[in-house]
Amino acid sequence: MASEAIPGGPAAEPQHGRRLVIAWAVLSAAAVPLVVLVIGPHIPPGSLSAESHDQHEINILLAALATPVLLGIWTSLIYVVTAFRLRGDAIVDGPPLRGQPGLQILWVVATAVVVLSLAVLGTAELLGSSKGAGGGQGPDPLAVPKGAKSALQVQVIGQQWAWTFRYPGYGGVETPQLSLPAGRLVELHVTSLDVSHSFWAIQLGVKADAIPGSDNVAFVTAHHTGSFEIRCAELCGLWHGHMHNTGAVMTPAAFTTWIRGQQVENAPATKTLPPYSKHYFPEPYRRAG
Amino acid sequence: MNGTGRPLWRRLIGQNVLSALALGIGGYALGHWVGTRITVGMDSQLGTDQNDLAIFMGFVFALLGWLIGLGFLNYPMSRLAGRPPSLREKEEAGPGRYFRLCTDHKVVGLQYFVTVLLFFLIAGLNAMFIRAELLTPNEKLWNANQYLSLVSLHGTMMLMMMSAAILGPFANYFVPIMIGARRMAFPRLESLSFWLVPPAGLILLSAIFLGGFPTGWTGYAPLANEARAGMDAYLFSFALIGLSMTIVGTNMIATVLTMRAPGMTWTRLPIFVWGVICTSILMVLAAPVLFSTLAMVALDRTADTSFFLASAGGSPFLYDNLFWFFGHPEVYILALPGFGIVLEILPVFARKPLWGYRLAVAGMVGVTLLSFMVWQHHLFVSGINSDLRPFYMLTTELISIPTGFIFLNGLGTLWRGHIRFTVPMLFSLAFFSNFLLGGLSGVFLSDVPSDVSTHGSYFVMAHFHYTIMGGLVFAFFAGIYYWLPKMTGLRFNELLAKIHFWGMFVFFNCTFAPLFAAGMLGMPRRVSIYAPRLHGINIFVSISAFLLGLSILVFLVNLVYSMVIARIPAEANPWQSRGLEFQLPTPVPVTNFERTPVIQADPYGYGEPDALPVAALSPSPATVAGAG
Repeated sequence: MASEAIPGGPAAEPQHGRRLVIAWAVLSAAAVPLVVLVIGPHIPPGSLSAESHDQHEINILLAALATPVLLGIWTSLIYVVTAFRLRGDAIVDGPPLRGQPGLQILWVVATAVVVLSLAVLGTAELLGSSKGAGGGQGPDPLAVPKGAKSALQVQVIGQQWAWTFRYPGYGGVETPQLSLPAGRLVELHVTSLDVSHSFWAIQLGVKADAIPGSDNVAFVTAHHTGSFEIRCAELCGLWHGHMHNTGAVMTPAAFTTWIRGQQVENAPATKTLPPYSKHYFPEPYRRAG
Repeated sequence: MNGTGRPLWRRLIGQNVLSALALGIGGYALGHWVGTRITVGMDSQLGTDQNDLAIFMGFVFALLGWLIGLGFLNYPMSRLAGRPPSLREKEEAGPGRYFRLCTDHKVVGLQYFVTVLLFFLIAGLNAMFIRAELLTPNEKLWNANQYLSLVSLHGTMMLMMMSAAILGPFANYFVPIMIGARRMAFPRLESLSFWLVPPAGLILLSAIFLGGFPTGWTGYAPLANEARAGMDAYLFSFALIGLSMTIVGTNMIATVLTMRAPGMTWTRLPIFVWGVICTSILMVLAAPVLFSTLAMVALDRTADTSFFLASAGGSPFLYDNLFWFFGHPEVYILALPGFGIVLEILPVFARKPLWGYRLAVAGMVGVTLLSFMVWQHHLFVSGINSDLRPFYMLTTELISIPTGFIFLNGLGTLWRGHIRFTVPMLFSLAFFSNFLLGGLSGVFLSDVPSDVSTHGSYFVMAHFHYTIMGGLVFAFFAGIYYWLPKMTGLRFNELLAKIHFWGMFVFFNCTFAPLFAAGMLGMPRRVSIYAPRLHGINIFVSISAFLLGLSILVFLVNLVYSMVIARIPAEANPWQSRGLEFQLPTPVPVTNFERTPVIQADPYGYGEPDALPVAALSPSPATVAGAG
């Protein structure tokens, strides 16, 4: 098999490594501000609530961190396939490099540092600054925002195939619409009556699975009035895709008016409901058939 | 022995796939009848028009009939009866052996290849039907049940068949050759692992006639408890694949541990074989969990055991935990063989040794170990063990360290190489670009606050298509173009192959890259109706998906044209590879090696002037003694 002598040192070969690093640094320096300043503001889920704003920011941060990595590998791939292609028809072997230990150690250390700082960052964000970040935290949340004692409690009940919402602070009234007051901490208790669902209030930045027999708590504070989409994010059967709804964030005064109206309107139904509980066990069901 | 003297109809009778089908169908009828008899008057049958026990009994008897029809019971029955077992299946020759129980690992490899490809195409067709529905934001083409069944069939079929996409055809065919062995450690089990795959695929497809099933590939209980009879088909077929995976894994580990030729040390082992070992370890540890979990759902459905019914003392979380304990290693069962293939191919076409061999092995082993510690990241917002989320965030992010090794190995191997852009090389290079995007999007999903905004959305769907389709399927095609000429002795048409590659690479990215945005903008998975503001993205994606499908069609045309019509013979070593498999003549003789080879070097010594050939194929007594 044809083999070639090892090319005669750096004088004969251009300094590929240096060129590549410069190309990567230039591209990254151009792309990262672009990602943060131009694309960043459009990255969902927006800023309707404190939680969605936190998610929005961490998504921008992760995108900014991922960009140099993406460009690093892409630039290297493009560089090697253009600079090191086989010229001519004869097959010639390359230099028999089996691996520089120094470079390997550097790579391992660098990736480990990036990864560990990501984990620290994520944990600090989850348990510290954003207090659960709008995700379901189970019955006994570890990250509790300030003022949770006076939070507005709302129970989110998933069932095939609709969401209903129960307000234990207002006589346990149950409504098919979700309305929340702006500026007030809301404690959502998500549960299900039948199969597993997932409560996703998109612009509100809330996602919590609704599991039968369990109480899944998520916190959210809406910043200003507006509307948000509600969807089911866990496959729950035939009409899973139809399980959507629109919720509203109102001024506190409008919310009080709305919930009083709901109490009056639903008074006959409220009487027949089971007493408020963290979860409900329906009768063991037979199959739908 | 192949009975060439007899008329065709006489040759079709015997222990082959036809008898297996006939006995399978008969077995189903018998089993269903028995199941109906024994459940007469049972409580579970009141008020329902479906009898899950009868269906399961039908499947069990069908499987038994299938295996008897193929002759899997001949050997144990002869042993039980005290007669010397017949070894007829060893002596088969001619095309008939591809339709029978055959213990030649090269026949099993090709059987696997055709079967896996067939089911891959069926599942891919389902994806086309799904994308056709998503051209409009409302339900148009399919009703809700048809749509969900299509989604579920696509996901389950792909996961089931792609688990065997590389280990089935390529590991069965090439691992014994690469380690200098004449066969696998357990040839009859090897054949069994293959012959479980077609009934699994057919039974899964029978879900169409049983009303479909609405759970997706994850089969979440308690939705699975209330689903119609199609669910039984899902449970039984997926469990069969779990069984097949366990057998494949056991067989591969045993083969590599015990059957290596003299001189095949662990550091000379081709990197593909390392990928296969790591995958096999995952299969052996994870697939039995899948089997048990599905059996528990089956018991819930037939015997009202209520493992997963909260209202009767069970727990839906139990299902989630058990399923993902299998499910996360499963995605590495899909990814690791891909790592192995691309790292095997890069040195050949860069004409350089594999850069950082030990680092690559460490990367694969690291992924294998870590993949068992991350499963609850699928449950970040479920409310299960929420205090453990920082732990799972850490382990999930740690797994990107060993995965990153593979990228360094790839780049290091290409660095200053002499790269030839053959079709297998193009697919391997595309693998890195695709898997990179898959991996980086995984960083978003592993970060809990970010995951809250993307979990259960098309972002996740795009992420795992980038890793599985962009990773595994691209590696699968790299393997096909690299090894199929060796397996069949026939050459591919290169122009069609390049059209296939470029179409697939471009339209794969056009299909899945926009779905990251769709997911972040609020499109949940597995829905046929979505917000009108996402209409534009979906039209673009659907059209790209159809063109992606078209590129696969080009592959199919190439396959049929090259292997059936043109039939241009391939050289024994078309790529000038150092790999041991390419040092053998084409077609590979039934016994692989005339004499046990003695391994002298690893297959990556490109450019090393004093590198010995990988193996001495007719070793002198002196080399045998030297190899110890």
